[in-house]
Amino acid sequence: MKKTKTPGFETRMIHAGTQPEPVTGARQTPIFQNTSYVFHDADHAASLFNLQTFGFIYSRLTNPTVAALEERLASLEGGRGATCCASGHAAQILAFFAIMAPGDRFVASNRLYGGSITQFGKTFKKFDWQVDFVDVDNPENVRKAIGPKTKAIFVESLANPGGVVSDLEALSAIAQAAEIPLIVDNTMATPYLCRPFEWGADLVVHSTTKFLSGNGTSVGGAVVDSGRFDWAKSGKFPGLAEPEPAYHGLSFYETFGDMAFTMQAHAVGLRDLGATMAPMNAFQTLLGTETLSLRMERHCANAKTVAEFLENHEAVDWVSCAALPASPYHDLGLKYLPLGAGSVFTFGVKGGYEAGVKVVESCELFSHLANIGDSRSLILHPASTTHRQLTEEQREAAGAGPAVVRLSIGLETVEDLIDDLGKALAATV
Amino acid sequence: MTHSLAYTNKELLAILQETKTIAMVGASPKWNRPSFFAMKYLQEKGYRVIPINPGVAGKEILGEKVYASLAEIPGKFEMVDIFRNSAAAGPITEEAIAVAVDKGIKVIWMQLGVINHEAAEKAEAAGLTVVMDRCPKIEFGRLNAELSWGGFNSGIISAKRRRVRLS
Repeated sequence: MKKTKTPGFETRMIHAGTQPEPVTGARQTPIFQNTSYVFHDADHAASLFNLQTFGFIYSRLTNPTVAALEERLASLEGGRGATCCASGHAAQILAFFAIMAPGDRFVASNRLYGGSITQFGKTFKKFDWQVDFVDVDNPENVRKAIGPKTKAIFVESLANPGGVVSDLEALSAIAQAAEIPLIVDNTMATPYLCRPFEWGADLVVHSTTKFLSGNGTSVGGAVVDSGRFDWAKSGKFPGLAEPEPAYHGLSFYETFGDMAFTMQAHAVGLRDLGATMAPMNAFQTLLGTETLSLRMERHCANAKTVAEFLENHEAVDWVSCAALPASPYHDLGLKYLPLGAGSVFTFGVKGGYEAGVKVVESCELFSHLANIGDSRSLILHPASTTHRQLTEEQREAAGAGPAVVRLSIGLETVEDLIDDLGKALAATV
Repeated sequence: MTHSLAYTNKELLAILQETKTIAMVGASPKWNRPSFFAMKYLQEKGYRVIPINPGVAGKEILGEKVYASLAEIPGKFEMVDIFRNSAAAGPITEEAIAVAVDKGIKVIWMQLGVINHEAAEKAEAAGLTVVMDRCPKIEFGRLNAELSWGGFNSGIISAKRRRVRLS
């Protein structure tokens, strides 16, 4: 029998998850602004509640517009299924909720986005989920940090804000040997630039707020499951492989096989944590993904041009952007992000904290705000904003020291961006 | 020669459309077992599912009488769905081949994780269609866009409008 040919990335970006709505024929995906769904009869309701049939009960668990985005993201990442949720932070809670128990640990990169460091290091402690932050540039550090209670390795494919690329293949080998999943935050790269499952990752998390939605309109998150991890083998993941008391002793992994994680993330995770994505946000994000490849190409091209300009500017100490040949992550970037190293990067301005603040405040075209992945160019001084909650040591490790300025390069005319930054830098000298 | 495990959507859809009655070998009477889930779902979609389980022969599962073997089923059925392990699929397939003409069997379908190339080769030589390592419930849901409702990647890319049956 012949194999069905998989359509290309751009085709899936527009069509995956969004066949015409069958009842009306509506071509664009309707916004199902709706909380609950009528049962055919009591037996149908029972089947739905028992997870014996596919269908909708209540929009906290599943919603048709949100499901369309879930399928699209699963398709773009090359995964089995996806669970959308209220934000990127919610995605991280959902991912860990399925695999952690109180007292469990995980190993994470010490160069994560500052908000993740705070969530993992402070808030997760309240669930007694413990994190061991290590420098993942040397995979040996990760191997050494893994103990009997360690349930996952967490990294960003392309780290925010530092222009740091993770060696996914090496990390996946370590995760596999330890029989634990490798979880990759792929927000900064998007599946257009990097597909972590192709390098052995088991789960991918996203803040869909960023490049996926693309216009700074909608906060959202997603957990995508590769469907490849064996949740039963090691005995370390009772939430997925052991009988679930809330479903009368059903075992998700035995019953749903490679769909177990996504079933659990909806039927237990969203049901009880309640961090649901709004249908309107799913709709906006679906629109965003339709142009993902085109936008990412321009984001990357503009970012590289701006990075080259900054690299040669007298008021700039250094530029941390994997697109530049001088970057220590350039080779990893070529391997994992061959189409471009993203559009978020940092640079160090001469003159420390004061100069950093000055540059940010002197820009006219760059918006001073705490987001990335917008069509507009954005600028931020992490030390005084996103990474403010961290200790000085943590800030340095995360690449967010006092002189660091973070840029998220948008889709404007690149000469205008360079002009704006040039004027702002001139104000510091 | 090993049987390819790749099936086109068209092939699977044709099997699911032409099948009306399924003999499910290894059907469990326990409501939280995977076979019970599959049987209930397939019944809901209009299939008649006849359970085969020697341990509970004579009793009923979801309103259907349980038989001990394929040969004991009185009527005709087009598909044998094997909810047993890969080794057990061998003798079950041989039994199906033996009664295939008599019972009108056209398809041997082995569940997710159930793969037996030797049995598949014999069944194909006997003119039967074989599907391995798949679940008819999941494939039915996938091909009819119901799997997508749960956020799963159906692999279906189409700008065609699906027909909905109106009552």
